[in-house]
Formats: sequence, structure tokens, C-alpha cells
Amino acid sequence: MTAVLKHELSGYFHSLTAYIFSAFLLAFVGIGALIYNIQSAVANFEYVLGYVCLGFVVIIPILTMRVIAEEKKQKTDQLLYSLPIRASQIVVGKYLALLAVYLVPLCIVALYPLIFAQFGEVYLPTSYGSLFAFFVMGAAMIAVGTFISSLTENQGFAAGITIPIILLNYYSVTLAEYVSATASGSAVALLVIAVLFGFIIRHLTKNQNLAYGLSLLMMLAVVVLYFADSSKFEGLLPDIMTKLSLFERFYTFMNGVFDLTAMIYYITVIVFFLFLSVQSLEKRRYN
Amino acid sequence: MITVEHLTKCYGDFMAVNDLSFEIDEGHVYGFLGPNGAGKSTTMNIMTGCLSATEGHIRINGYDIFEEPERAKKTIGYLPEQPPLYMNETPAEYLKFVGEAKGLRGMELKKQIEDVAGQTKIEHVMDRLISNLSKGYRQRVGIAQALLGSPRVIILDEPTVGLDPIQIIEIRELIRQLGENHTVILSSHILSEVQAICEKVLIISQGKLVAFDKPENLEKLLLASNGITFTVEASKEEIEEVLKEVSHITEWDIKTQEYELTTVSVKTESENVRDICRELFFAFADKEDAILEMSSKKANLEDVFIELTEGDNRLFNGKSEKSEVNRK
Repeated sequence: MTAVLKHELSGYFHSLTAYIFSAFLLAFVGIGALIYNIQSAVANFEYVLGYVCLGFVVIIPILTMRVIAEEKKQKTDQLLYSLPIRASQIVVGKYLALLAVYLVPLCIVALYPLIFAQFGEVYLPTSYGSLFAFFVMGAAMIAVGTFISSLTENQGFAAGITIPIILLNYYSVTLAEYVSATASGSAVALLVIAVLFGFIIRHLTKNQNLAYGLSLLMMLAVVVLYFADSSKFEGLLPDIMTKLSLFERFYTFMNGVFDLTAMIYYITVIVFFLFLSVQSLEKRRYN
Repeated sequence: MITVEHLTKCYGDFMAVNDLSFEIDEGHVYGFLGPNGAGKSTTMNIMTGCLSATEGHIRINGYDIFEEPERAKKTIGYLPEQPPLYMNETPAEYLKFVGEAKGLRGMELKKQIEDVAGQTKIEHVMDRLISNLSKGYRQRVGIAQALLGSPRVIILDEPTVGLDPIQIIEIRELIRQLGENHTVILSSHILSEVQAICEKVLIISQGKLVAFDKPENLEKLLLASNGITFTVEASKEEIEEVLKEVSHITEWDIKTQEYELTTVSVKTESENVRDICRELFFAFADKEDAILEMSSKKANLEDVFIELTEGDNRLFNGKSEKSEVNRK
């Protein structure tokens, strides 16, 4: 794992990836700080981070698009498979390297509240609590990006999928207000999700029976539950969309609450997508 | 050393490897021969843990590649068909990564990198970007990578493909040297290459093992269908007269050349080509017609290869189930 980590880190700092990523992140934070802190003369640094959140749409794909896709394209994944290391070590090594690259510009950003504190009253616990949450939320998105990169050998395609997924997640709370809140609408949406789930399982396992079986089972469960008690489905879809939002949970930190459930949610997302990445890497062996 | 038992690999309905079994001993250079798409790369990928098998077992130095992959992989160095190189790195950086991934650290790592760089003669390009290296040097870096961690088995998938003749000779020389201290398995569809460097040859066709023997033993199999070609100072009629008297000759072809010379190709059904040559020599000598040139055409690995991979013959340890077919 350390070998992969060291190798990836040297790769990022030898190429432009780390620098472009840092430049983008620092530029976003810089502009945010200019607008919120300097121009409006507000001391709350956490608002800047809330503003910068949308920047994830651009900077996460820059970081994650090549991480596994490039290995497949260059056929260097064969080397990784033949080395005496496990797929999980490869994925975790690569992920930690991404986190390290992500952490570098955040270390610079961490100085900003201290600088602002020189000129006025800054409530540091909220600033740093938010910064920490910002790091963990980004880490969750990097895990999602890593998984998407493991699905393809085309970097552009990986980026092209990561961008709308993050964007969708960003706007999911806003969109939730527009989707149908009726019981039948939610039930239909869940059926569609069950079908999509089946397709994903089929793509990952190449096992049609398993995919269709699980999909049908989910659909059956939805139908049975719907007819048993349709009131449970009232407003379910908007609720799910809000719950899945990574960004919505971050705003709690901005308001000065260190929300442990949100932390657990982020960590669950990280573990889940890293697990899927490992499976995706292992799957190539079984093709 | 390496045992492959009933290995089968299916891609959907297509059977790439079909019930393949063989055993490889320590300290030889083995050639893995087969036409394109015969299942060579698939078998090698499975042997090195890059691919799963549908059925079967592979044991490398006592470790099952599917059950104890890390231990088994530590004893193998593998160069896939396309060298897995990071183009934006130098060989020094690349070898450092592979060495570390194989568990080498500190002085040991440094020493091994120096050793393999010396063996593969890449010392002077260690600090150049791999993307700027020629194909031959990239191949060497790939081999150097396989040698790190001093594995007992080295598996090379078509190591000389796309190289120029001088590079091919150099790589072959390197493989021969490696064979002194390691077990080397190399795949190829170039017969002369296998003939030149391998001590034992596995021929596979359509995912099945069709032969496994020393190259010279495989050639012997086809010796019976041999022909003799000679040039003689005689007329067509005289030659035909002589040939009719010599025993075991099944067919002939006579071509008249300039200066009253005639080239004759004959085919014999006899096992002992030398006797026929002697008989021909004395028969013409009696007529005072001088034979100026005579050669018996030996069956080479190419003939064996074509015979085995085009038909469905199975040969094991020099015994042919369909030996009658080979003779005629």
C-alpha cells in the first residue's frame, strides 16, 4: 500500500494534476474570501466554504478522472494485478494519495481564518469545524470519483460522469421541491430506481439472474409495501433526495453545529464507494 | 515447480483455454507456442494471477495462485505482451515503485535495481523518460521489472515482438542467461525463436495442449515423411531408370538445369533416410554419373507446428496418436 501511495504522490506532483487542482481550489476560496470576507466585511469564514462547495463540480473530476481509468488505458493495471499486492491495497493507496493532494491547498486555506482574526472577531471553532467538514465532504466525493474512474478506461468519460453526478447531488435539495411528493409518484420513482439498480448489478457482476432477481425483489417489496400502507410513501422521494445530499449536511457545520451523524454519513459514503472500486478492479480479473 | 491442472477459461460461450494440464520443472527455458488466439496470453495471465480461471488449479512453487495469490506472485516475475510501463516516469522511478510493491526496501532495493539494470543493460537510460525510449529499451525495462525481487519463475509474453533483428538477438541472449538461474517461460508464435532458446516446447492450439517435448524430439516425429534432394550429372531417362531400382522411394520430381545438371527431389517412406542416400549414391556411382550435391530435408519445428495446430492431433512425450497420418 505504501508503495502505491508513494508512487501515486510522486506522479501527482511530477505532473500538473496536483498543481492545477490546488490552483483551482485556492482560486475558488480566494474569490469567495474576497466577496464574503473582504468586500462585505463579514468575519465568518465558513460562508466562504459554503460558497466554494459548488467548485467541487470542477475540481473533483480533475483529481479523480485518471486515477484508475488511466491504468486501464496504459495497460499498467496488468502490472498491478501481477504484483503481490491486493486490490484493496491498490485502491486505498491511490485514495490516500488523492486525499494528500487534496489536503495541501486546504493547509494553505487553514491560514485564512487566522489572518482574518488579525483584523476582527473571528469565531475560530466554527471556521475550523467547517473546514474539517469541508475536507471530509470532499473526501466522500473523491471516493465517488474514484469509483467512477474504475468503471471506464476513458478519462474524459470518467470526468463527464462525475461532473453531472456531483451537480445532481448539489441541486438535489432544490430539485426535491419540484418532484412529486404524492405516494404514487414516490412508488413509481422507487420502481425506476429498482430497475436502474438491476442494470448496475448486471454491469458489475455480469450475472443476469442475480441482477434481475434482486431488481424484481425490490420492485415486489415496493409494490407490496405500497398496497399495505400507501401513506408511508407520502413525500418519500423528496425526503430521500434531501437525505442523499452531501452538501445539505455540510450547511449544518456552517451554522456552527458539529454534526456527528453527518460525519458518519460521509464516512459511510467513503467506505461504500471504495469497496465498490475494489470490486470493480477485481471484476476485471473475472472478465 | 509449476503445476497446471485442468485449466479452463471461458469468455461467455467462447472457450479460450480448454482443460489444459501440464507441469514445469525448475531451471529450464520453456517455450509456449501456438498460433494467434490459441490461448497463450490467457494461460499466462491466469498463471500470474491477472485473470481468474473458470475451472482448474495452478500451483506455483507450492502456492495456489487463486488461494494464496500474494505468496505465489512473490515467486513470479511477469512481463505481459504490452510492457506495463508508466510513460511519464524514468526507469529508475518505475523500478523503485515495482521493487517497493514487491516488498523490497532500502539498500536491498537499491542493490537489486542496480543488478537488474545491469543485467538488462539499461543503466545509461535510467534517468530518461520511458516515453522517450525506443521499443527495445522499453522491453528491457519491462524485463527488468519482472526480474526484481529475484523471482524463481519468469514469465515473458512475446518478449521479442516488434523489435529489430539486433534487438531480438540481444533479448534472446538475455533470456538464455536468465535461464541459467531462473525458470523462464516465454510465449511466441515465432518458431525459430523457440527453437533457438527453449529447451522444452509446449504447443497449444485452440486452448488445448497438443505437444510438450524437446524441440529435437518433436522434429523426429515427422522425420518419416522426409525427402531427399540431389543434383546429378545425368539425363532424365537415366535418372528414372536408377530411381526405379532404389527401394522405398514413393515419388520423385525431376528438374533439368543448365550445364547438363538435373535436380531431383524424391520422397521416401523409409524411416532411415541415411540408407536411402547411400543407396542412391552407389546406384549413380555404378552408372558413373556424379552426384554433385545431396541433402536430406529434415522436418523442422515449423512442420511439426503446422501439422499439430492445423489438425487435431495430440502428442504427448513424443508419442503420436495419429502417427499414420504423419507418415504419408
